[in-house]
Amino acid sequence: MSLVARHLETNGIPTVVIGSALDVVEHCGVPRYLHSDFPLGNPCGKPYDEAMQGEIIRQAMSLLESAEAANTVARTPFTWGEDCNWRDDYARIDNNNREALRLRGEARRQQQTQDKADGKLRAAMVSET
Amino acid sequence: MAIKDVSYIIKTRDYYRAQGYTTDYLWAQFDTTPFTHLEKPLSESRIGVITTTMPDTEAGRVDRRVWSTASAPIPRSMYTEELSWHKSMTHTDDVASFLPLAQLNSLQDEGVIGSVASRFHSVPTEYSQRNTLEQDAPEVLARCRQDEVDIAILVPL
Repeated sequence: MSLVARHLETNGIPTVVIGSALDVVEHCGVPRYLHSDFPLGNPCGKPYDEAMQGEIIRQAMSLLESAEAANTVARTPFTWGEDCNWRDDYARIDNNNREALRLRGEARRQQQTQDKADGKLRAAMVSET
Repeated sequence: MAIKDVSYIIKTRDYYRAQGYTTDYLWAQFDTTPFTHLEKPLSESRIGVITTTMPDTEAGRVDRRVWSTASAPIPRSMYTEELSWHKSMTHTDDVASFLPLAQLNSLQDEGVIGSVASRFHSVPTEYSQRNTLEQDAPEVLARCRQDEVDIAILVPL
């Protein structure tokens, strides 16, 4: 998505990215980025929390107006909650899933070989389950 | 206690390795970043929305390409299953948590923004940066121009 933002901006359309993967976006570099420090999935605010969702979009609008240079990063004031375990929980690898992941990779590679043979040239990133 | 941001680059690297991939994914990186100033006030600007979620339709669930969907009525669901998000921790049942159309409609009613584009665009997250750079990004730009979008909000899931 950062690549799309850069392309739009290069061609004269100002952009703001709202996301939850700070390191990925900063590694690429985008004109304006609003970071929601949440588990991946709800960058615009917690599900069904209309007040929070409204505030986050207002902040994105403010960022559009205030940013003076590329790579401007702001953070929302919201946190997911007291429990920070979600940070370590994402894509966790341990003895409970190590073999399952290995088998999943094997199956995925077989599918990718088949897809290529079928002329399917597009593939998603590996997703967390 | 200071919060340490999650390193999704490292987590993704380790997740690929755990699945037997021997070459690490190379994330895009550039020396410079483009920047365009707003040409007119927000209150006169048309806002376009771009999402990595796909239309929750038979075609949208299987065909990885740029899709455009009417902004009204707001879709009740989007297809998110193939994307990387924290499935054990949250859900994507509330589209407003990742597709800010309702919020933008409110800002339009208040006069904070000029208008919301009549459609929004879905762009697939691709392993191939080349597909994104050479196909999808130009396609999204063309559609935004057709929509006469002044500003784009991009929300990766």
